[in-house]
Amino acid sequence: MKTIANLPEIYMTQTKAGPDIAAGRLPEDAYAENFSDLHPLLDQHEAQVEADRCYFCYDAPCMQACPTSIDIPQFIRQISTGNPTGAAKTIFAQNILGGMCARVCPTETLCEEVCVREVAEGKPVKIGQLQRYSTDHFMSEFSSTPFTRAAETGKKIAVVGAGPAGLSCAHRLAVHGHNVTLFDAREKAGGLNEYGIASYKSVDDFAAKEVDFILSIGGIDVRTGMRLGSNLDLATLRAEYDAVFLGIGLGGVNALGLEGEDKSGAIDAVDYIADLRQAKDLSELPVGRRIVVIGGGMTAVDIAVQTKLLGAEEVTIAYRRGQDRMNASEYEQQLAQTSGVRIMTWAQPKGLVGENGAITAIELERTQDQDGALTGTGEVITLPADMVFKAVGQTLVQTELGDALTLERGRIVVDADRKTSLADVWAGGDCVQGGEDLTVAAVEDGKIAAESINAALTA
Amino acid sequence: MADLRTDFIGIKSPNPFWLASAPPTDKEYNVVRAFKAGWGGVVWKTLGEDPPVVNVNGPRYGAIHGKDRQLIGLNNIELITDRPLEVNLREIKQVKRDWPDRALVVSLMVPCEEQNWIDILKRVEETGADGVELNFGCPHGMSERGMGSAVGQVPEYIEMVTRWVKQHSRMPCIVKLTPNITDVRKPAQAAKAGGADAVSLINTINSIMGVDLDIMSPSPAVDGKGAHGGYCGPAVKPIALNMVAEIARDPATHGLPISGIGGVTTWRDAAEFMALGAGSVQVCTAAMTYGFRVVEDMIEGLSDWMDTKGYTSVDQFVGSAVPNVSDWQYLNLNYIAKAKIDQDQCIECGRCHIACEDTSHQAITNMVDGVRKFEVIDEECVGCNLCVNVCPIEGCITMESMAAGSIDPRTKKPVEKDYANWTTHPNNPMAVTEAAE
Repeated sequence: MKTIANLPEIYMTQTKAGPDIAAGRLPEDAYAENFSDLHPLLDQHEAQVEADRCYFCYDAPCMQACPTSIDIPQFIRQISTGNPTGAAKTIFAQNILGGMCARVCPTETLCEEVCVREVAEGKPVKIGQLQRYSTDHFMSEFSSTPFTRAAETGKKIAVVGAGPAGLSCAHRLAVHGHNVTLFDAREKAGGLNEYGIASYKSVDDFAAKEVDFILSIGGIDVRTGMRLGSNLDLATLRAEYDAVFLGIGLGGVNALGLEGEDKSGAIDAVDYIADLRQAKDLSELPVGRRIVVIGGGMTAVDIAVQTKLLGAEEVTIAYRRGQDRMNASEYEQQLAQTSGVRIMTWAQPKGLVGENGAITAIELERTQDQDGALTGTGEVITLPADMVFKAVGQTLVQTELGDALTLERGRIVVDADRKTSLADVWAGGDCVQGGEDLTVAAVEDGKIAAESINAALTA
Repeated sequence: MADLRTDFIGIKSPNPFWLASAPPTDKEYNVVRAFKAGWGGVVWKTLGEDPPVVNVNGPRYGAIHGKDRQLIGLNNIELITDRPLEVNLREIKQVKRDWPDRALVVSLMVPCEEQNWIDILKRVEETGADGVELNFGCPHGMSERGMGSAVGQVPEYIEMVTRWVKQHSRMPCIVKLTPNITDVRKPAQAAKAGGADAVSLINTINSIMGVDLDIMSPSPAVDGKGAHGGYCGPAVKPIALNMVAEIARDPATHGLPISGIGGVTTWRDAAEFMALGAGSVQVCTAAMTYGFRVVEDMIEGLSDWMDTKGYTSVDQFVGSAVPNVSDWQYLNLNYIAKAKIDQDQCIECGRCHIACEDTSHQAITNMVDGVRKFEVIDEECVGCNLCVNVCPIEGCITMESMAAGSIDPRTKKPVEKDYANWTTHPNNPMAVTEAAE
């Protein structure tokens, strides 16, 4: 067939014409298929069979591994006894965002990694999927959280950032009867749940539904479009409210520090993911034919897999060290690889090649570990690329905070109660020092901070 | 390969695995399928007098399930065969003719009048069947009409009917016993006194399987009502084993052939019944759960096990465990065992710890030097075996007996080498002491 003979010509033509970035690379029905649930909701039989595998361990390792200390054996037992509502209550008691955590938690490095059946047979109980089974059941049966608000205390608390940390904190404060104003810079509440989660982990509008569910407790006033440092400032909040919780995440993105980073086609992964999450029609979202992702964390995997699912032909994650050093879990790495993403290790970005203001290729230098220090070998490879995604970490936008707070390595310093250097300001989630950059850890921060705030205000 | 051929009261079968009188043996079609699958014999579903009984047209079975819906107990309210006597007899005759090497025993239940038994025995004899089994066990429906367990609960009736059967028939006679009594030795003695060639047990246990909490009726419900039915399956095996053992070791019935019934699901179950004195076993629930094919591993497994143990025929181990069935008062109180946890096999679920901590003797750690670890505290362990039973890993926890002369860390006393039991224990007010002689 002539297609084979024609291929190089088409290829050349398109390269000369500039980057190959186009929408609608896939047949119409492929988008729904590609972006469907990574792990579909277990049906009743599947949940029963899986729940029956739990040994109801004493002082269970899974429970200890959960940052929010969900009583996992208890909720699984409740599923097995035909009480999924009770199971959900057990989960929500520790983690009001149990529904989202069931979807996005890297369970393979948390509860499921230490499951005794992982030890016994290499097959842990599917804790995450069972959690989703019960929380989804609850949220479809009941429109409000299983908590009852305490009598109003008259105390006002400002929670800045309506992501997992802020939502968790706001809910727990509301339960204690406080009045919460929940600010967020974006148009919608939810934070990374709404704007940052890989689409195949949270399909439909679950993030928005979960926000509504959390707000159903009452006593939480949501104000979106309010950004610290522009139309909101910490000093005023401290003056107007009895306490402040900062769950502002990491709004800044690290740059590669290369020439030509301003060219079109060099994109912040988190921005593209946000666009993808908000896109009404994925077939209208332009994506390159050849993609290179710089980074080694969850965001790198998320963008790599999703661009592949959007129809990109060649997707490469370039990481400067060995695969064992990647922050993305082993499971995530495998997900990338089974999705057809190439993981190229020991390669760091050296330069961006472009034509007419657009990127056409990236130069990567081979690296090596010399007595613990990462050095370039001088060998440079050029990979053609229509899009280069930067996924090398996010940073706290310090200008938003003024200089009242103590920071360390670019993050807010908090104590065990998530209290900052200011007596009336607490913080949690990705913006605090020592954080784990996990949704579930953010939820725990919010919960602990809320209890601490409550103790301080009712003392 | 071991010889599984069985001669049970003169009834020969290629293996000791018979299907019990129950739905799987109600007609030629099923029985032929069973024989093709390899079953050594069947006890044909109980025949009665015409007109045939009728069954409910709603649910007849109820079950309890273990994890993953494993069926561990089944109950039924089905009655004896609801097909015309003539049809059953014709089929029995045909099957016996086609399968001469298999055991074919016919279960019977007619009213307690001598003439009724004379009549039916004559007709069964004409089929060429190998023997009869008297159904004195069925606990539902028929018992309300003065048959089944209503007979089995009165030793005098058992003896009377058995005597009629032996008097009016040349066929070997097995008396099937009900467990719904207080002392199974009495009906067994009565059967023997009446001339029975053997007893078979247990029949099903009276039971209500559950309650439907929506309609507030026993489940399964027939139009909103439920009746007690007969319970069987793996869950009843321990009850059956005890009853078999009681008869096997009772001096009055010792040596009376026994066909063991009650939750036999695997070759191992069968071997256990046989070790307690059963010369054959009868199976129902396992077949009703998985189909007739389960007999394949029963045959293979029993044979392989016998090879391993050096038994060449079944009678070499039938009854072998009977001498070791004792009464509590004769158990050796100087025997001391301690649990031992194999740390290599332990998956650290902690169930041994919490079971011991909450409900027993606080003899298992959950933490050693600040690390999650489960170890037996010999100073506290009484050797009760609970940890072994709750551990999900078979063989991870074992009971190790202490050598004579070693010091028991719990009592700080040396382990005595001599046997001593309660009957001579100083704490026993009724103790037999030498001084009393």
